[in-house]
Amino acid sequence: MTYIPISPAERDAMLQTVGVKTLDDLFDAIPKTHRFPQLDLPPALTEMEAAAHLADMASSNENVRQDLISFLGAGAYNHYIPSVVDHILRRGEFYTAYTPYQPEISQGTLQAIFEYQSLMANLTGMEVSNASHYDGATAAAEAANLAYAQFRGKRKKIVLSPAVHPQYREVIRTYSQGMGLETVGDDIENSESGPEAVIPHIDEATMLVTVQYPDFFGRIYDYADLIKTAHEKGALVCVVANPTALAMLKPPGEMGADIVVGEAQPFGIPLWYGGPYLGFFTTKKSYVHKMAGRLVGETMDARGNRSYVLTLTAREQHIKRERATSNICTNQGLLALAAAVYVSVLGRQGLREVANLCYQKAHYAAAELEKLKGFSLNRSAPFFHEFVLNTPKPAGEINRYLLDHGVLGGYDLGPGMKNQLLVAVTEMNSKDEIDTLVALLKEM
Amino acid sequence: MANIVEPTIFELSSPGRRGVTMPASDVPTTDLPPQSLLRSDLPLPELAEVDVVRHYMKLSTFNYSVDGGFYPLGSCTMKYNPKINEDACRLPGFLFSHPLQPAETAQGNLALMYEMQEWLKEISGFAGVTLQPAAGAHGEFAGVLMMAAYHKSRGDTRRVKMLIPDAAHGTNPASVGMLGFTVVTIPSDPRGNVDLEALKAACDDTVVGMMLTNPNTLGMFDEHIEDVIKMVKDCGGLMYGDGANLNALLGIVRPGDLGFDVMHFNLHKTFSVPHGGGGPGSGPVGVSQRLADFLPSPLVDIVEEGDDEIAPLYGFVAPKHSIGRMKAFHGHFGGGLVRAYTYILMHGADGLKDIAQYAVLNANYLQARLRGTYRIPYDRICMHEFVVEGRFDGSDVRALDISKRLMDYNFHPPTNYFPLIVPEALMIEPTETENKDTLDRFADAMIKIAEESQTQPELLHGAPSTTRFGRMDEVKAARELVLCCWLPEGYSDQ
Repeated sequence: MTYIPISPAERDAMLQTVGVKTLDDLFDAIPKTHRFPQLDLPPALTEMEAAAHLADMASSNENVRQDLISFLGAGAYNHYIPSVVDHILRRGEFYTAYTPYQPEISQGTLQAIFEYQSLMANLTGMEVSNASHYDGATAAAEAANLAYAQFRGKRKKIVLSPAVHPQYREVIRTYSQGMGLETVGDDIENSESGPEAVIPHIDEATMLVTVQYPDFFGRIYDYADLIKTAHEKGALVCVVANPTALAMLKPPGEMGADIVVGEAQPFGIPLWYGGPYLGFFTTKKSYVHKMAGRLVGETMDARGNRSYVLTLTAREQHIKRERATSNICTNQGLLALAAAVYVSVLGRQGLREVANLCYQKAHYAAAELEKLKGFSLNRSAPFFHEFVLNTPKPAGEINRYLLDHGVLGGYDLGPGMKNQLLVAVTEMNSKDEIDTLVALLKEM
Repeated sequence: MANIVEPTIFELSSPGRRGVTMPASDVPTTDLPPQSLLRSDLPLPELAEVDVVRHYMKLSTFNYSVDGGFYPLGSCTMKYNPKINEDACRLPGFLFSHPLQPAETAQGNLALMYEMQEWLKEISGFAGVTLQPAAGAHGEFAGVLMMAAYHKSRGDTRRVKMLIPDAAHGTNPASVGMLGFTVVTIPSDPRGNVDLEALKAACDDTVVGMMLTNPNTLGMFDEHIEDVIKMVKDCGGLMYGDGANLNALLGIVRPGDLGFDVMHFNLHKTFSVPHGGGGPGSGPVGVSQRLADFLPSPLVDIVEEGDDEIAPLYGFVAPKHSIGRMKAFHGHFGGGLVRAYTYILMHGADGLKDIAQYAVLNANYLQARLRGTYRIPYDRICMHEFVVEGRFDGSDVRALDISKRLMDYNFHPPTNYFPLIVPEALMIEPTETENKDTLDRFADAMIKIAEESQTQPELLHGAPSTTRFGRMDEVKAARELVLCCWLPEGYSDQ
């Protein structure tokens, strides 16, 4: 009866109104042989006991704030979250509301999402943004759906840079298996090369070219030439971007990208062991009808107030059913709010500071690490806050050694790139932490 | 009344205003990348912290929420979200663990995920569970991919038809559409069950399977469920269960026992994960033995058995014929799984059965109170929700008008115009977390509105009138497509 606010007397009165004697009588339609199974679950705990149990489980993890120094990124980044963000998120008016189907009593959610869309469009240099996707990987997969719809299934080839996050590439493959798409360009031998290795794969059958910015290995490339080539062949280009980096770097919209997607977890969302995160999806206005996901638009109410509604819903599953642009329904509403609050409270100056701190600290770490005997960096392209460190021993071995000393060294790029470690540095890493990493590797 | 409008954060921006400031750099300075790679302008707002707080506080007051009142949105299970869940999912050990950190440093998370898999199997009667999908529709997509992979692995390539009842959620056909299968719509019979004759006619060796929501969106448990499943299986099809309405079945019947092969859970409906104004949800999927090898990768398993002294070691494993990865990392761990885990932990077997029983009692009580005032097209004992027609003889009042008028009585409207098979449908799901007084006040309001439809129909056509915003011009939004705002022209950050 934990959260059920009905007394036994009220229950009996209600049963009488319904016209049955007991609660069990409500279930006569259930096949008798399978009715009322005895579930084998642990005995119920009170709130006090549950709180203690959960605290135990949580503390049996080692976390990157209290227990470990972390240089691990690879798609999920340890950033500072201003206190305001969670205070706003904890407003029951926001987190216990549903998708804003009734706009008259959902203007809070609708305006917040409209602002989120605006922030993301401004950041990426694109014209429109949707209300969110599950994460960066599924947003990248939905870009393929958009391209497929754009060419009405006549082009079926995706050119995928090998420097796109490996899990994103897996998800793109999972999503596209039903449509018979061909995915080329990301064979492992190419994983150290830049856009020049991707361009030759683009041809008249290509519907979409997907690259990452900065790429999975942290490198920054101007994709203007690649985008120009793709457009000459009639293909669309999707850039998977890191939003923190976009506070410093030229927005992909300026390079001519058709779609800019990515993972907005760095914008006020905790690491949370991988989710929930926030996929963003921005594009040109001309593709808006083929874009998946919810979309908030400005309008007016009957009293002349500026207000907001979910719009272009005719693209969506509850109207179009099997002809919908996607099956997406629930997405990441509350986390879009988190990102909006994060960007608002840091503002243009604060966000630049975050990006600059990431850049400066990563470059300090890189410079110190490459001084160590046996370690080196491939500096063929500029990088942002993540870089590949060539190591004298397998990266796995180095990570185990570092973990023994309370440090998460980075992402092991093996087995393909077995002596290479992907190191991420954010504003959360102090100079002392970086010096500790360097000293440990020097002693190894 | 126009003064209630809250400016956007772009309009509130003032050059040079600061919110949170970051610390100065503690490392030697490195030159930035070449100018050609840098952005010239960052057109984002500038606000002080108090501006941001006041702004979003104001916006929050424009929302209706479960914390604020009754939210009987059919098929959405808008139950109360226990506050302890919020504290649990923000424990530092959960909040600050990185998805790629070594398994031995994340045993708390992995143990929680492993137990969650086991509990969901026990609750549903399935042999395997993946926690990866991000929401119900994402779980559906995973389920349909597994069904396709199963047939393909047997060389059974003729199967292209998915059978879907006319009462189904729109996500079902949309998920099927993503795989290029053909949807065959199966009508409902006069009692709200699947029409067995129509089903029989559609069953042949080209059927991938059937996607069935049970109880369906009319709130009816199919009275011939065993026959339906047998027919689909006899023609070689697989049986998909849409778990959106699982709240009615906890401890009542296990879909796996009935013969379903695959079902997604909506942790944000059944297991009290808050809806967040449209997510994040969490959509684990359960499967029968014959689909277990196709589950998305990775799953959590015990990789080293423990004993009385030592806890087992948990790690990630890949199923043999996995359909692949549905999203980056492991699923909606923090915001989804931890909250749902806390909820199940506090209920146990008997508590879960209470949830279903009281959810069904509340729905039937409301249905009884509205019977005679509203037409109930499928009128029998319902499960956790029921559907009435929002129209009256000799009146032009529609379901939309009734919905908007309910706002004037400070209730969130039911789901309207769904399911599509009921004209002017109002789909009402009270959930188990409402007391009798609330249900009575809602029923009284519905009955009053029915009266108003005869005496003062203009009140309904013009509703809502007491809310802060009136009806919206949806045509204008779609025609003008203003989807973003920008800093005012001439704004400068000097």
